[in-house]
Amino acid sequence: MSIPRFWREIRQRYKGIGVECGNCGRVFFPPRSICPDCRRESLGKMNEREIVGKGKVITYTEVHEPMPDFRMQAPYTMVMVEMDEGVRMTGQLVDFEPEKVGYGMEVEAVLRKLGEESPSGIIYYGYKFRPCP
Amino acid sequence: MMRKVAIIGIGETKIGELWESSLRDLGIQAGLEAIRDAGITGEEIDKIYIGNMSAGRLINQELIAPLIADYVGLCETPSVRIEAGGASGGVALAEGYMAVASGMSDIVVVGGAEKMTDVGDEEARNILCSTADREWESVFGATFDSLYAMMARYHMEVHGTTREQMAHVAVKNHYNGARNPNAQFRREIAPEMVLNAPPVSTPLGVFDCAPLSDGAAAVILCPGEMAESYNGKPVRLLGFGMGGDHIAVHDRREMDTMRSTSLAAEKAFCMSGKEPGDMDFAEVHDNYTISEIMAIEDLGFFAKGQGGPATLRGDTALDSKISVNTSGGLKAKGQPVGAVGINQAVEAVSQLRGKAGDRQVKDAEFGLTHNLGGTGGCAVVHIYGRWE
Amino acid sequence: MKTKTKVGIRGYGGYVPGFRITPREIGAVWGKDGEMMGAALGIRGKSVPAPDEDVVTISTRAARWALERSGLNGDRIGAIYVGSESHPYAVKPTSTMVGAAIGATPHMTAADYEFACKAGTAAIQTCMGLVASGMIENGIAIGADTSQGAPGDALEYSASAGGAAFVIGGERLLAEIKYTTSMTTDTPDFWRREGQTYPSHGGRFTGQPAYFKHVMGCTSKMMDELGMEPSDFAHAVFHQPNGKFPMNAAKKLGFSREQMETGLLVTRIGNTYSGAVPLGLAAILDIAEPGDNILVTSYGSGAGSDGFYIEASKNIVKVREDGVPSIQEVLRDERHIGYAEYAKYRDKIRKGG
Repeated sequence: MSIPRFWREIRQRYKGIGVECGNCGRVFFPPRSICPDCRRESLGKMNEREIVGKGKVITYTEVHEPMPDFRMQAPYTMVMVEMDEGVRMTGQLVDFEPEKVGYGMEVEAVLRKLGEESPSGIIYYGYKFRPCP
Repeated sequence: MMRKVAIIGIGETKIGELWESSLRDLGIQAGLEAIRDAGITGEEIDKIYIGNMSAGRLINQELIAPLIADYVGLCETPSVRIEAGGASGGVALAEGYMAVASGMSDIVVVGGAEKMTDVGDEEARNILCSTADREWESVFGATFDSLYAMMARYHMEVHGTTREQMAHVAVKNHYNGARNPNAQFRREIAPEMVLNAPPVSTPLGVFDCAPLSDGAAAVILCPGEMAESYNGKPVRLLGFGMGGDHIAVHDRREMDTMRSTSLAAEKAFCMSGKEPGDMDFAEVHDNYTISEIMAIEDLGFFAKGQGGPATLRGDTALDSKISVNTSGGLKAKGQPVGAVGINQAVEAVSQLRGKAGDRQVKDAEFGLTHNLGGTGGCAVVHIYGRWE
Repeated sequence: MKTKTKVGIRGYGGYVPGFRITPREIGAVWGKDGEMMGAALGIRGKSVPAPDEDVVTISTRAARWALERSGLNGDRIGAIYVGSESHPYAVKPTSTMVGAAIGATPHMTAADYEFACKAGTAAIQTCMGLVASGMIENGIAIGADTSQGAPGDALEYSASAGGAAFVIGGERLLAEIKYTTSMTTDTPDFWRREGQTYPSHGGRFTGQPAYFKHVMGCTSKMMDELGMEPSDFAHAVFHQPNGKFPMNAAKKLGFSREQMETGLLVTRIGNTYSGAVPLGLAAILDIAEPGDNILVTSYGSGAGSDGFYIEASKNIVKVREDGVPSIQEVLRDERHIGYAEYAKYRDKIRKGG
């Protein structure tokens, strides 16, 4: 991933900045400029909305054939999380006990390293999920 | 008034790790075979469509349609590459259909080609993952396998689908693949092999995943009224449908359904005037075992949640209720990603010509192909009929 | 040094990665009696960061909790200083990344600090000055590290990871920082040259002329200036490179085990370097009663100490119900690993390609 491509999304990746449709109230992450439900009516009304970072696991998998940046963590666990705001996000699950992973598991977003360009290159940070205490 | 469309020629390379062949070699082989099969001459060809997912990243070559056209001796013939991820081949076929049906072209070659093994396996999987949402799925660690695995887990949770039911998709497709001379894997496997295979992304193991393969295929289209004037035994292309959905899995309201598939099927059945019950066979996009279970539900062959039990019962085996993936599917025949849709069309034509050998469906009259892009961001369905 | 206007801690939070490795595990790899080594150092285990954790992620977690306790939004923070000797970049600030992650950017000032293990308390002093002078309303000071000891070196038994963050402000204080004193000399006891992966140290020279001279000198001077005695303090926390040094210093200065025990985390998590005193202070704030006096003395090699006299306010009790975990609660999340996993996580395995 190139530097500008990552830099452009820093607010989304670090802080979970999404949008809310001013017409129907549906929340989206990442931000969209048009609500797929309201389309024309939503233009200019997609307002910034922070995803607080709490939610529940709706599905999960343990990855044994990793993405290159995640090799040192394999096997690692990916989860899809339904956030309290109603929007769903995909991310890695960290700091958990394997036997406790399952549907409805309550998780919170934390900032972690996602990868790096190279040992001398830029480091990418972004959200991951961990069990709520 | 749209013209009727026929397929009058097919060609296909073997599928697998074809170390000796380049992308252009594969394209030439499949294309020439199809031209020979149809009995047409090069001058008659009005247009060439080529489905290909990612030559740019896999072999660092763009403009591959003119490249392949050039090397089959048709450098002046108009040609274009179609990209729709794993559905590139199927979408190219839809474009070819429209060119002929509209009257813009008479003879159209639709090919599909992919060379996956000139990069390492990890890089090939990473490139395939470019058909998911790079920024909001894979950057966070989601592999292509893991996205299907999460759909599988969800399907298991909501519908009670089991690992054993999923394993039987692979077992059946290997059984069929063993009867297909062009298949990458020509050996039967037992359910235990699937269940005990090393995990790729739980609950999916090695045998739940289709390989990444090299291969190419081509078909020749012409208007229905011209079909009998050529050598190749014609097959009717009755209609097609395309559907779309959110490209990222987490944006979909339902994770146990591919909305793109059901939309595509609805349109294809409507256009062809057929119903799921009319189909004798279906080639569906089984890049993972769970994909076939979801596909046979979303295409209307089985109710939602019944795909697993139906597979386990043998309702999708050769000459059963509906023969699914008689070619061996992506699982056993192989997955040259951008060519898959054309490989499926080649199988449909073989079946409807009665030339599918040991895997022939008895008295096959109608069949369907289902080709998926990404994790379900787009789907295309074609319906074929026997020439009467 | 006393500020002209009231300054103190408005919010705080500390984080320690969950993996632990014991001295026994480390010793076994190098043919040493790790348990004896651990006993000599007063360390039962040390924290190990996951491969996706570094000073940015640790600082961010601590800063988010500190902010939550302060009741402020990120845009109310006028300055962020992160003290560490293991910033992920040699050039590119940690503080800007933390600032972006907590929503404090862009209208703020920021910089990274390095002063061996006392960079975090130097950050606190900087924020105090900015707040007391009226230049900013609130600032965040962080001390955090993911320090590394060379494989087989004595430091490998103790060098660990963790950090704490403090929102320094002038209002709604949980604890007032009533006084601070520093002592600074040129003492080459511990260093890391540019481009080197692991630090080097002067062995036993790190003790008397370095740690003890500064920690005891700074603490004594501050108590003299304040006219206070060890018995005036409910709690004390000193820099803790191991379990022995702070207890010896405390004993010589006249502090009891009871005064020391809340802030002494090194026995469980090892030496968190710039995070050590900040984490110890956070653990004390977790249990301090309104009116409790707290004495804090950091130490950074090279060398210097910062001393603080802090008094807990009546607000300190209220924030315990806000859902932010206490240090003891954070430490409960423990997962033990062996040396093989440790080597993998700490990037000590030579990889191809």
